[in-house]
Amino acid sequence: MTPETTTPVDSPFAEIDAGLQSYSHTWQVFHGQKKLIVSAGDLYNVMGQLKTAFGFSMLVDVTAVDFLEYAGAKDRFEVVYQLLDVEIGTRLTVSVFLNEPSLTLPSMYPLWTSADWMERETYDMYGIVFEGHPNFKRLLLPEEFTSFPLRKDYPVQGRGERHNFPVLTRAES
Amino acid sequence: MAAEIDRTQDQIQEGVIWTQLDAAASWARKNSLWPMPFATACCGIELMATAASRHDLSRFGSEVMRFTPRQCDLMIVAGRVVMKMLPVLQRIWQQMPEPKWCISMGACACSGGVFDTYAVVQGVDRFLPVDIYIPGCPPRPEQLIKAIIDLQEKIQQTGTVGGREFASRMRAEGPGRFDTQEVIRMRERVPLKLQLPVYDPKH
Repeated sequence: MTPETTTPVDSPFAEIDAGLQSYSHTWQVFHGQKKLIVSAGDLYNVMGQLKTAFGFSMLVDVTAVDFLEYAGAKDRFEVVYQLLDVEIGTRLTVSVFLNEPSLTLPSMYPLWTSADWMERETYDMYGIVFEGHPNFKRLLLPEEFTSFPLRKDYPVQGRGERHNFPVLTRAES
Repeated sequence: MAAEIDRTQDQIQEGVIWTQLDAAASWARKNSLWPMPFATACCGIELMATAASRHDLSRFGSEVMRFTPRQCDLMIVAGRVVMKMLPVLQRIWQQMPEPKWCISMGACACSGGVFDTYAVVQGVDRFLPVDIYIPGCPPRPEQLIKAIIDLQEKIQQTGTVGGREFASRMRAEGPGRFDTQEVIRMRERVPLKLQLPVYDPKH
Protein backbone atom coordinates (compact mmCIF):
# COMPACT_ATOMS: atom_id res chain seq x y z
CA MET A 1 0.00 0.00 0.00
CA THR A 2 1.54 3.27 -1.10
CA PRO A 3 0.93 6.54 0.72
CA GLU A 4 -1.83 8.77 -0.70
CA THR A 5 -1.20 12.41 -1.44
CA THR A 6 -4.21 14.25 -0.05
CA THR A 7 -4.96 17.40 1.82
CA PRO A 8 -6.37 16.67 5.26
CA VAL A 9 -9.77 18.09 6.22
CA ASP A 10 -9.77 17.20 9.91
CA SER A 11 -8.64 19.49 12.72
CA PRO A 12 -5.96 20.60 13.43
CA PHE A 13 -4.31 19.55 10.16
CA ALA A 14 -6.72 21.55 7.96
CA GLU A 15 -5.87 24.68 9.96
CA ILE A 16 -2.16 23.92 9.63
CA ASP A 17 -2.62 23.53 5.89
CA ALA A 18 -4.35 26.91 5.70
CA GLY A 19 -1.72 28.56 7.90
CA LEU A 20 1.14 27.36 5.71
CA GLN A 21 -0.31 28.67 2.44
CA SER A 22 2.71 30.89 1.80
CA TYR A 23 5.06 27.87 1.76
CA SER A 24 4.93 25.15 -0.88
CA HIS A 25 4.03 21.92 0.84
CA THR A 26 2.28 18.60 0.23
CA TRP A 27 0.60 16.11 2.51
CA GLN A 28 0.92 12.36 2.57
CA VAL A 29 -1.42 10.07 4.49
CA PHE A 30 -0.33 6.55 5.26
CA HIS A 31 -2.45 4.36 7.56
CA GLY A 32 -4.09 7.50 8.93
CA GLN A 33 -0.76 9.13 9.80
CA LYS A 34 -0.20 12.52 8.27
CA LYS A 35 3.10 13.67 6.91
CA LEU A 36 3.89 17.21 5.84
CA ILE A 37 6.52 17.49 3.12
CA VAL A 38 8.28 20.82 2.74
CA SER A 39 11.33 22.09 0.89
CA ALA A 40 14.69 22.51 2.57
CA GLY A 41 14.57 26.30 2.12
CA ASP A 42 11.20 26.66 3.86
CA LEU A 43 11.90 24.14 6.61
CA TYR A 44 13.02 26.54 9.35
CA ASN A 45 10.13 28.97 8.86
CA VAL A 46 7.56 26.17 8.66
CA MET A 47 8.89 24.58 11.83
CA GLY A 48 8.88 27.96 13.57
CA GLN A 49 5.22 28.42 12.67
CA LEU A 50 4.35 24.90 13.75
CA LYS A 51 5.90 25.61 17.11
CA THR A 52 4.59 29.10 17.79
CA ALA A 53 1.22 29.14 15.99
CA PHE A 54 0.15 25.50 16.17
CA GLY A 55 1.53 24.46 19.54
CA PHE A 56 3.93 21.67 18.61
CA SER A 57 6.02 22.22 21.70
CA MET A 58 8.16 19.10 21.49
CA LEU A 59 10.52 17.72 18.87
CA VAL A 60 10.41 13.99 19.49
CA ASP A 61 12.74 12.66 16.83
CA VAL A 62 15.04 13.65 14.02
CA THR A 63 16.24 10.91 11.71
CA ALA A 64 16.80 10.19 8.03
CA VAL A 65 16.07 7.55 5.42
CA ASP A 66 18.35 6.59 2.55
CA PHE A 67 16.37 5.69 -0.58
CA LEU A 68 19.33 4.53 -2.69
CA GLU A 69 18.15 1.75 -5.04
CA TYR A 70 14.69 1.93 -3.54
CA ALA A 71 11.98 1.10 -6.08
CA GLY A 72 10.25 4.24 -7.34
CA ALA A 73 12.20 6.67 -5.15
CA LYS A 74 12.97 10.07 -6.69
CA ASP A 75 15.25 11.49 -4.00
CA ARG A 76 18.21 10.04 -2.17
CA PHE A 77 17.61 11.19 1.41
CA GLU A 78 14.56 12.03 3.46
CA VAL A 79 15.06 13.79 6.77
CA VAL A 80 12.15 13.13 9.12
CA TYR A 81 11.07 15.26 12.07
CA GLN A 82 8.48 14.00 14.55
CA LEU A 83 6.58 16.74 16.35
CA LEU A 84 4.29 16.41 19.34
CA ASP A 85 1.79 18.81 20.84
CA VAL A 86 2.06 17.77 24.47
CA GLU A 87 -1.20 19.49 25.47
CA ILE A 88 -3.59 17.68 23.15
CA GLY A 89 -1.34 14.83 22.02
CA THR A 90 -1.33 15.58 18.30
CA ARG A 91 1.58 14.16 16.41
CA LEU A 92 2.87 15.42 13.08
CA THR A 93 5.60 14.16 10.82
CA VAL A 94 7.51 16.76 8.83
CA SER A 95 9.91 15.56 6.19
CA VAL A 96 12.36 17.10 3.73
CA PHE A 97 13.86 15.39 0.69
CA LEU A 98 17.52 16.00 -0.03
CA ASN A 99 19.92 15.02 -2.76
CA GLU A 100 23.67 15.05 -3.03
CA PRO A 101 25.67 17.23 -3.05
CA SER A 102 23.51 19.71 -1.09
CA LEU A 103 22.92 17.74 2.10
CA THR A 104 22.52 20.79 4.29
CA LEU A 105 19.57 21.77 6.48
CA PRO A 106 19.09 24.49 9.06
CA SER A 107 19.45 23.27 12.63
CA MET A 108 16.29 23.13 14.75
CA TYR A 109 18.32 23.80 17.88
CA PRO A 110 17.08 27.42 18.25
CA LEU A 111 13.48 26.14 18.28
CA TRP A 112 13.81 22.91 20.26
CA THR A 113 17.01 22.18 22.17
CA SER A 114 16.14 18.49 21.98
CA ALA A 115 17.41 18.65 18.40
CA ASP A 116 20.97 18.78 19.75
CA TRP A 117 21.92 15.10 19.93
CA MET A 118 19.37 13.91 17.36
CA GLU A 119 20.84 16.13 14.66
CA ARG A 120 24.34 15.06 15.60
CA GLU A 121 23.30 11.41 15.34
CA THR A 122 21.68 12.03 11.95
CA TYR A 123 24.94 13.57 10.78
CA ASP A 124 26.88 10.67 12.28
CA MET A 125 24.90 8.02 10.44
CA TYR A 126 23.82 9.74 7.21
CA GLY A 127 26.10 12.74 6.74
CA ILE A 128 23.33 15.34 6.74
CA VAL A 129 24.83 18.67 7.82
CA PHE A 130 22.77 20.91 10.13
CA GLU A 131 23.84 24.52 9.90
CA GLY A 132 23.61 26.66 13.00
CA HIS A 133 24.07 23.81 15.46
CA PRO A 134 26.10 25.02 18.47
CA ASN A 135 28.28 21.89 18.83
CA PHE A 136 28.22 20.10 15.51
CA LYS A 137 30.34 16.94 15.54
CA ARG A 138 29.87 13.18 15.57
CA LEU A 139 27.85 11.81 18.46
CA LEU A 140 28.37 8.04 18.60
CA LEU A 141 31.23 7.17 16.29
CA PRO A 142 34.81 8.29 16.89
CA GLU A 143 35.61 11.68 15.44
CA GLU A 144 38.24 10.29 13.08
CA PHE A 145 35.63 8.07 11.43
CA THR A 146 35.15 9.15 7.83
CA SER A 147 32.12 7.18 6.60
CA PHE A 148 28.41 7.42 7.32
CA PRO A 149 27.41 3.86 8.19
CA LEU A 150 23.64 3.92 7.72
CA ARG A 151 23.94 4.96 4.08
CA LYS A 152 22.97 2.10 1.84
CA ASP A 153 26.22 2.22 -0.13
CA TYR A 154 28.22 1.56 3.04
CA PRO A 155 28.85 -2.18 3.58
CA VAL A 156 27.56 -3.68 6.82
CA GLN A 157 30.99 -5.07 7.65
CA GLY A 158 32.59 -1.70 7.13
CA ARG A 159 35.60 -0.59 5.14
CA GLY A 160 38.23 -2.03 7.45
CA GLU A 161 37.72 0.40 10.34
CA ARG A 162 37.35 -2.47 12.80
CA HIS A 163 40.80 -3.80 11.84
CA ASN A 164 42.64 -0.50 12.10
CA PHE A 165 44.44 -0.92 15.43
CA PRO A 166 47.96 -1.74 16.58
CA VAL A 167 48.55 -5.36 17.60
CA LEU A 168 49.91 -5.96 21.09
CA THR A 169 52.08 -9.03 21.56
CA ARG A 170 53.19 -10.74 24.76
CA ALA A 171 56.72 -9.46 24.59
CA GLU A 172 55.88 -5.80 24.20
CA SER A 173 52.91 -5.43 26.53
CA MET B 1 81.52 -30.32 60.56
CA ALA B 2 79.99 -33.03 58.38
CA ALA B 3 78.28 -34.53 61.38
CA GLU B 4 76.81 -31.14 62.23
CA ILE B 5 75.24 -30.79 58.73
CA ASP B 6 73.80 -34.29 58.99
CA ARG B 7 72.27 -33.44 62.33
CA THR B 8 70.74 -30.21 60.92
CA GLN B 9 69.27 -32.09 57.97
CA ASP B 10 67.79 -34.63 60.32
CA GLN B 11 66.15 -31.84 62.25
CA ILE B 12 64.57 -30.10 59.25
CA GLN B 13 63.51 -33.19 57.31
CA GLU B 14 59.97 -33.11 58.64
CA GLY B 15 57.75 -30.41 57.19
CA VAL B 16 60.08 -29.14 54.48
CA ILE B 17 59.48 -29.41 50.73
CA TRP B 18 62.27 -28.93 48.20
CA THR B 19 61.18 -27.20 45.01
CA GLN B 20 62.30 -24.70 42.43
CA LEU B 21 61.77 -21.04 43.09
CA ASP B 22 59.95 -20.76 39.73
CA ALA B 23 57.51 -23.46 40.72
CA ALA B 24 56.86 -21.88 44.09
CA ALA B 25 56.25 -18.49 42.51
CA SER B 26 53.92 -20.01 39.91
CA TRP B 27 52.06 -21.86 42.64
CA ALA B 28 51.56 -18.63 44.53
CA ARG B 29 50.49 -16.76 41.44
CA LYS B 30 48.03 -19.33 40.15
CA ASN B 31 46.22 -19.53 43.45
CA SER B 32 45.84 -15.80 43.88
CA LEU B 33 44.69 -14.52 40.50
CA TRP B 34 43.18 -11.07 40.77
CA PRO B 35 40.83 -10.54 37.85
CA MET B 36 40.24 -7.30 36.03
CA PRO B 37 36.59 -7.65 34.97
CA PHE B 38 36.34 -6.00 31.56
CA ALA B 39 32.63 -6.73 31.32
CA THR B 40 30.87 -4.99 28.44
CA ALA B 41 27.82 -7.17 27.83
CA CYS B 42 25.76 -10.10 29.10
CA CYS B 43 28.88 -12.22 29.67
CA GLY B 44 29.61 -9.78 32.45
CA ILE B 45 26.45 -10.90 34.21
CA GLU B 46 27.68 -14.49 34.11
CA LEU B 47 31.03 -13.25 35.38
CA MET B 48 29.26 -11.64 38.34
CA ALA B 49 27.27 -14.83 38.91
CA THR B 50 30.51 -16.79 38.94
CA ALA B 51 31.93 -14.53 41.60
CA ALA B 52 28.73 -14.67 43.67
CA SER B 53 28.10 -17.18 46.41
CA ARG B 54 26.39 -19.91 44.39
CA HIS B 55 29.39 -20.64 42.17
CA ASP B 56 31.92 -18.93 44.44
CA LEU B 57 35.01 -18.18 42.38
CA SER B 58 36.94 -17.59 45.59
CA ARG B 59 37.27 -21.37 45.96
CA PHE B 60 39.91 -21.03 43.25
CA GLY B 61 41.64 -18.05 44.76
CA SER B 62 40.52 -15.49 42.20
CA GLU B 63 37.64 -13.69 43.81
CA VAL B 64 39.37 -10.36 44.30
CA MET B 65 37.87 -8.36 41.45
CA ARG B 66 39.79 -5.12 41.18
CA PHE B 67 38.59 -2.22 39.12
CA THR B 68 42.03 -0.79 38.70
CA PRO B 69 44.38 -2.53 36.27
CA ARG B 70 47.37 -1.75 38.47
CA GLN B 71 46.27 -4.36 40.99
CA CYS B 72 45.27 -7.10 38.56
CA ASP B 73 47.00 -9.95 36.84
CA LEU B 74 44.10 -11.56 34.98
CA MET B 75 42.00 -9.68 32.46
CA ILE B 76 38.64 -11.26 31.71
CA VAL B 77 37.22 -9.73 28.53
CA ALA B 78 33.53 -10.53 28.91
CA GLY B 79 31.42 -9.24 26.07
CA ARG B 80 31.68 -7.59 22.70
CA VAL B 81 34.34 -4.95 22.16
CA VAL B 82 33.55 -2.20 19.69
CA MET B 83 36.14 -0.25 17.75
CA LYS B 84 35.73 2.73 20.06
CA MET B 85 36.40 0.55 23.10
CA LEU B 86 39.40 -1.40 21.81
CA PRO B 87 41.99 1.37 22.44
CA VAL B 88 40.68 1.55 26.01
CA LEU B 89 41.01 -2.23 26.37
CA GLN B 90 44.56 -2.15 25.05
CA ARG B 91 45.47 0.68 27.38
CA ILE B 92 44.09 -1.18 30.39
CA TRP B 93 46.02 -4.27 29.33
CA GLN B 94 49.22 -2.24 29.13
CA GLN B 95 48.58 -0.74 32.55
CA MET B 96 48.44 -4.18 34.16
CA PRO B 97 51.74 -5.23 35.78
CA GLU B 98 53.58 -8.38 34.71
CA PRO B 99 52.98 -11.26 34.93
CA LYS B 100 49.48 -11.05 33.46
CA TRP B 101 47.08 -13.28 31.63
CA CYS B 102 43.94 -12.82 29.58
CA ILE B 103 40.74 -14.81 29.29
CA SER B 104 38.50 -14.11 26.30
CA MET B 105 35.04 -14.98 27.56
CA GLY B 106 32.15 -15.68 25.24
CA ALA B 107 31.52 -15.75 21.51
CA CYS B 108 31.71 -11.97 21.06
CA ALA B 109 35.08 -11.49 22.72
CA CYS B 110 36.49 -14.52 20.88
CA SER B 111 35.18 -13.85 17.38
CA GLY B 112 32.72 -10.96 17.32
CA GLY B 113 29.83 -13.39 17.70
CA VAL B 114 26.72 -12.49 15.78
CA PHE B 115 27.85 -8.86 15.52
CA ASP B 116 29.57 -9.00 12.14
CA THR B 117 29.30 -5.24 11.65
CA TYR B 118 31.57 -2.30 10.98
CA ALA B 119 31.77 -1.31 14.62
CA VAL B 120 32.51 -4.60 16.40
CA VAL B 121 36.04 -5.98 16.65
CA GLN B 122 36.04 -9.55 15.32
CA GLY B 123 37.84 -11.11 18.26
CA VAL B 124 40.00 -9.31 20.83
CA ASP B 125 42.80 -11.81 20.12
CA ARG B 126 43.53 -9.96 16.89
CA PHE B 127 44.93 -7.08 18.91
CA LEU B 128 45.68 -8.57 22.32
CA PRO B 129 47.40 -11.77 23.53
CA VAL B 130 44.76 -14.18 24.85
CA ASP B 131 45.54 -17.26 26.95
CA ILE B 132 42.19 -19.00 27.34
CA TYR B 133 39.10 -18.82 25.14
CA ILE B 134 35.65 -19.66 26.50
CA PRO B 135 32.93 -20.51 23.97
CA GLY B 136 29.27 -19.87 24.69
CA CYS B 137 26.72 -17.11 24.41
CA PRO B 138 27.02 -16.40 27.27
CA PRO B 139 29.13 -19.17 28.83
CA ARG B 140 27.87 -20.77 32.01
CA PRO B 141 29.72 -20.01 35.24
CA GLU B 142 31.03 -23.58 35.23
CA GLN B 143 32.80 -22.83 31.95
CA LEU B 144 34.48 -19.78 33.44
CA ILE B 145 35.53 -21.85 36.45
CA LYS B 146 36.98 -24.45 34.09
CA ALA B 147 38.85 -21.71 32.26
CA ILE B 148 40.33 -20.47 35.54
CA ILE B 149 41.41 -24.03 36.39
CA ASP B 150 42.96 -24.46 32.95
CA LEU B 151 44.73 -21.13 33.30
CA GLN B 152 46.08 -22.18 36.68
CA GLU B 153 47.53 -25.28 35.06
CA LYS B 154 49.03 -23.15 32.32
CA ILE B 155 50.58 -20.75 34.81
CA GLN B 156 52.07 -23.65 36.77
CA GLN B 157 53.61 -25.14 33.64
CA THR B 158 55.00 -22.02 32.04
CA GLY B 159 55.56 -19.50 34.78
CA THR B 160 58.93 -18.06 35.70
CA VAL B 161 59.90 -15.60 38.40
CA GLY B 162 61.12 -13.02 35.88
CA GLY B 163 58.29 -13.54 33.42
CA ARG B 164 60.85 -14.60 30.81
CA GLU B 165 58.43 -16.96 29.14
CA PHE B 166 56.83 -13.92 27.49
CA ALA B 167 60.08 -12.49 26.10
CA SER B 168 60.22 -14.84 23.12
CA ARG B 169 56.61 -14.30 22.09
CA MET B 170 57.21 -11.46 19.68
CA ARG B 171 54.46 -12.39 17.24
CA ALA B 172 50.76 -11.88 17.63
CA GLU B 173 49.12 -15.12 18.74
CA GLY B 174 45.62 -14.52 17.45
CA PRO B 175 44.42 -14.54 13.86
CA GLY B 176 45.67 -11.84 11.51
CA ARG B 177 44.46 -8.36 12.33
CA PHE B 178 42.82 -8.20 8.93
CA ASP B 179 40.69 -11.14 7.89
CA THR B 180 41.56 -12.28 4.34
CA GLN B 181 37.96 -13.38 3.95
CA GLU B 182 37.06 -9.74 4.49
CA VAL B 183 38.78 -8.78 1.23
CA ILE B 184 36.77 -11.41 -0.63
CA ARG B 185 33.55 -10.21 0.97
CA MET B 186 34.35 -6.61 0.09
CA ARG B 187 34.96 -7.56 -3.55
CA GLU B 188 31.67 -9.42 -3.64
CA ARG B 189 29.85 -6.38 -2.36
CA VAL B 190 30.71 -4.38 -5.49
CA PRO B 191 28.39 -3.80 -7.29
CA LEU B 192 25.93 -3.32 -4.50
CA LYS B 193 23.17 -5.88 -4.55
CA LEU B 194 20.15 -4.92 -2.54
CA GLN B 195 16.90 -6.80 -2.24
CA LEU B 196 14.36 -4.33 -3.56
CA PRO B 197 11.12 -4.23 -1.61
CA VAL B 198 8.04 -5.20 -3.58
CA TYR B 199 4.72 -3.78 -2.58
CA ASP B 200 1.88 -6.26 -2.45
CA PRO B 201 -1.39 -4.40 -3.20
CA LYS B 202 -3.40 -7.00 -1.29
CA HIS B 203 -1.37 -6.44 1.84
